[in-house]
Amino acid sequence: MSGLLYLIPVALFLGLLGLAAFVWALRSGQFEDLDGAAQRVLLDEDEPEDRPKRG
Amino acid sequence: MSTHLLAGAAQAPPPGRSEPAVEPLPFVRADPASGLNRLDLVVEGVHCAACIRRIERGLERLGGLASARVNLTTRRLAVAWPGDPGRAGEILAAVEELGYRAVPFDPARLEGGDAAAERELLLCLAVAGFAAGNVMLLAVSVWSGHALGMGEATRTFLHWFQALVALPAVAFAGRPFFRSALAALRRGRTNMDVPIALAVVLAPAASLVETLRGGEHAYFDSAVTLLFFLLIGRYLDRRARGAARAAAARLLALRGQAVTLVAADGTTRPVRPESVPAGATVLVATGERVGVDGTVEDGRSELDTSLVTGETTPRPVGPGSRVFAGTVNLGAPLRLRVDAVGEGTLLAEIVRLVEAAEQRRSRFVVLADRVARLYAPFVHTLAALTLGGWLLAGAGWHGALWAALAVLIITCPCALGLAVPAVQVIAAGRLLRRGVLVKSPTALERFARIDTVVFDKTGTLTTGRMVLEAIEGGTRDDLEAAAELARASRHPLARALAAAAGPGPAARAVEEVPGRGLRRPEPEGEWRLGRRGFAGPAEDDGLPATELWFERPGRPPVRFRFADPLRPDAVEVVAELRARGLELELLSGDRTATVAEVARRLGIARFRAELSPAEKVARLEELARAGRAVMMVGDGLNDAPALAAAAVSLSPADAADIAQTAADAVFQGERLAPAVELLEVARRAERLVRQNIGLSIAYNLCAVPLAVAGLVTPLVAALAMSTSSLLVVGNALRLQWGAR
Repeated sequence: MSGLLYLIPVALFLGLLGLAAFVWALRSGQFEDLDGAAQRVLLDEDEPEDRPKRG
Repeated sequence: MSTHLLAGAAQAPPPGRSEPAVEPLPFVRADPASGLNRLDLVVEGVHCAACIRRIERGLERLGGLASARVNLTTRRLAVAWPGDPGRAGEILAAVEELGYRAVPFDPARLEGGDAAAERELLLCLAVAGFAAGNVMLLAVSVWSGHALGMGEATRTFLHWFQALVALPAVAFAGRPFFRSALAALRRGRTNMDVPIALAVVLAPAASLVETLRGGEHAYFDSAVTLLFFLLIGRYLDRRARGAARAAAARLLALRGQAVTLVAADGTTRPVRPESVPAGATVLVATGERVGVDGTVEDGRSELDTSLVTGETTPRPVGPGSRVFAGTVNLGAPLRLRVDAVGEGTLLAEIVRLVEAAEQRRSRFVVLADRVARLYAPFVHTLAALTLGGWLLAGAGWHGALWAALAVLIITCPCALGLAVPAVQVIAAGRLLRRGVLVKSPTALERFARIDTVVFDKTGTLTTGRMVLEAIEGGTRDDLEAAAELARASRHPLARALAAAAGPGPAARAVEEVPGRGLRRPEPEGEWRLGRRGFAGPAEDDGLPATELWFERPGRPPVRFRFADPLRPDAVEVVAELRARGLELELLSGDRTATVAEVARRLGIARFRAELSPAEKVARLEELARAGRAVMMVGDGLNDAPALAAAAVSLSPADAADIAQTAADAVFQGERLAPAVELLEVARRAERLVRQNIGLSIAYNLCAVPLAVAGLVTPLVAALAMSTSSLLVVGNALRLQWGAR
C-alpha cells in the first residue's frame, strides 16, 4: 500500500506533462489552422525557389 | 471629354481585374510590441497546398517581410513587415497578381473575440479531460474497495488525492458555466447553466466535507466527468457556430469594393462607395461592377443587370440612362453622375429589406432551446423538493443534502448539451463534403420543416449563362465565320457564340460598337455581328436581345438564337422535390414568356414573372401567413430580401455576395442535387435530435426517482451519466451511416 504514496503522484505528474504539452501546442497556435496543417505536410520545404514547374 | 476619359483610365486600377482593390492602408495595424506593421486579408480561391505555397513564396520574393502566413481554414492571409506601412498596397497587388482576390479587413471587427472564446473552451476541455481521467482512476479504486473491504485510511487517502486534482480542475474548467450562470442570475433569470454550475460546485464541496469526516462516498469524479462531457458539447457547438459565422463574415468582407471618382481636374482616385457625394462623377471601367446609382453622362455600353433584376440578357445604356449599383459594365467605359449614394441606393434598399426580414426570422427558437427553457426550473424545483422532503422525513441535513445533490448530478443535461451539437456538427460535416455550406446554426431544423419550395429562375434553376441554341438560315460555316468576330469581344452573347464554335482564329481589325455589335471591314463590304437593326432586319424592336444577327455582303443574314439553359439536373431535382410532397413555385424578375417556358419544362404549375424584390418578399409573406414553411432558392441581388424573408433559404456559390450572405446555406457546383441532399440530411438530423432528447428524457425518468429516493451512489451516477452520454453520441453518429 505504501507504494501508492509515490506511484499516484508519479502517475499524476506524467498526466500533467501531457496536459502541459497540449497547452503549449494550443498557445503556440497549432490549432488555429487545422486544414492548412493537413495540406502543409505536402509542401517540400527544401525545394529550390525558382525551379521551373513541370507537368 | 474623351481625353479626360483616357487620362483617367491611365490612373485607374489596371484593366482586366474585374473589381478594384479596396485601399489597404487604413487596415494596417502597427504592433508596438514587435515594431511590425500587420495586415490581414481575406483571400478568395485558396484551397490547397499549392495555393498556400504560391502565395507565401510569392510574398517572400517581395523581400523585407517579417512573415506571411496563409490560414487555409479561415481563408485568411496575415502579413507582418517592419518599416513603411505604405507597402500594404504593394503586398495586396502582389497577391492579386498571383491570381487571388484579396480584401483587407479588420480582424477585431470581423471576429468579435470568437477565436479567443474557442481557444478558452478547448483549454478548459483539456483540463477537464485530464482531471476526469485521473480522478476516475482513483474513484474506480475506491469503488472496488467498497466491495473488497478497503480500510478507511486508504479510502480517505485516495479521496484526498481526488480532491487535489478535482478542486482546481473544477475551478478552472467550470468558468464558462459559472460566468453564464452568474450573468443569468444577475438579470434575475435562470438558464441551463445554473443547475450545471450548482451541481459542479456543490458536488466537490459536499465531497470535501465528506472526506474531512472520513465518509464512504465522494462525488469528485461526477463533477469533473460532468464538466468534461458538457465541455465537449459546448466546444462542438461553438465550432459549428464559429464555422458558420466565419463563412458569413468572409462573404461580408468580400463585398467591400471601391469606385473610381473623377475629380474636377480630371484626375481619378479609388474611394469607398459610401464616401462619394451625390452629383460627383465616377468612372466605370469595362468589366467593373457599378458601385453607385447614377445617370450615364458619357459613353454607350451594355450592363449585366442579372444580379439586380434577374434578367439574363444585357441591357443597353447610353447618355441619360439610369444605372444601379450592383450591375456589371460589359461594354465600353462609362461616366456616371452619381444620383444616390449609401443609404439612398437601390443596393442599400435591398440590404435594408434583407435586414428587416432577418430580424423577423431570428425569432425562431430551436427545439433544444425550448426544452432547455423548461428544464432549469424543473430541476431546481425537483432538487429543492428532494431536500425539503428528506428533511421533513427526518433524514437530517447530511442525508437530505446528499440526495438533493444526487438529483442535480443525475439530471445534468449531458444529453441535451452534447447530443444536439454532435448531430449538428456531423450533419454540417456531411453536407460540407457534398458541397453544401450551412451558415446558420438553426438552419438545419428549419430546413427539416419546410413544405413549400420557391425558386428563382435565372442562375438558380438555369445556369445563368447564355448558350447558343439554334442557327437559323445558316450553317456551321456561318458559325465559324461569326465566331472569328465574336472572339474579339467580352459580351456574353459573343462569348457564348465563340464557345459554341470552339477554338479558332480571332479576326483582326474588329470594331465594337457598344450596345450594338461588332463589325469588320472586308474588301467586298462589311461583316456585321450584332443585335437586330445593326445587322439583319432593319427594325430594332428595342427588346433585350437573346439573339445575334450575322450579315455578310451578298448573303442572307443569319440569326443565332441563345437561351439560358436549365441546370443539368434541374428536371430530376424538381421532380424529386415534388415526389416528396413539397409545393413548388417559381418567382422571377424576368419576362413572362421566358418564365412560363421554364416553368412548363420543369412542370412547375405556379409561377409569377416580372416581380420586383419587394413583390417577391410580399409573396413569401403571403405564403407564410397561409401557414406554409417556405424554402427559398435564389441567387440574385433581387432575391436577397426574399432569401432573408423565407423560413429558410439556399443559394448557389456563384450567387451575388449579398444573396449568399442572406441565405442560410450555400451550395457549390453546377448541379442542383445538393438541395435534395440538404433536405434529406436536415430531416434525418431533426429526427436524431428528437430521438436524443427523447432518450435523455427517458433516462431522467428512470434515474431521477432513484436519486430522489437517495439510492444513487457516486458509482451509479458515473455509470448512468456516461451511458446516457455515449448512447446519445452513438445515436448522433448514425447520421454518418448511409453517407455514400
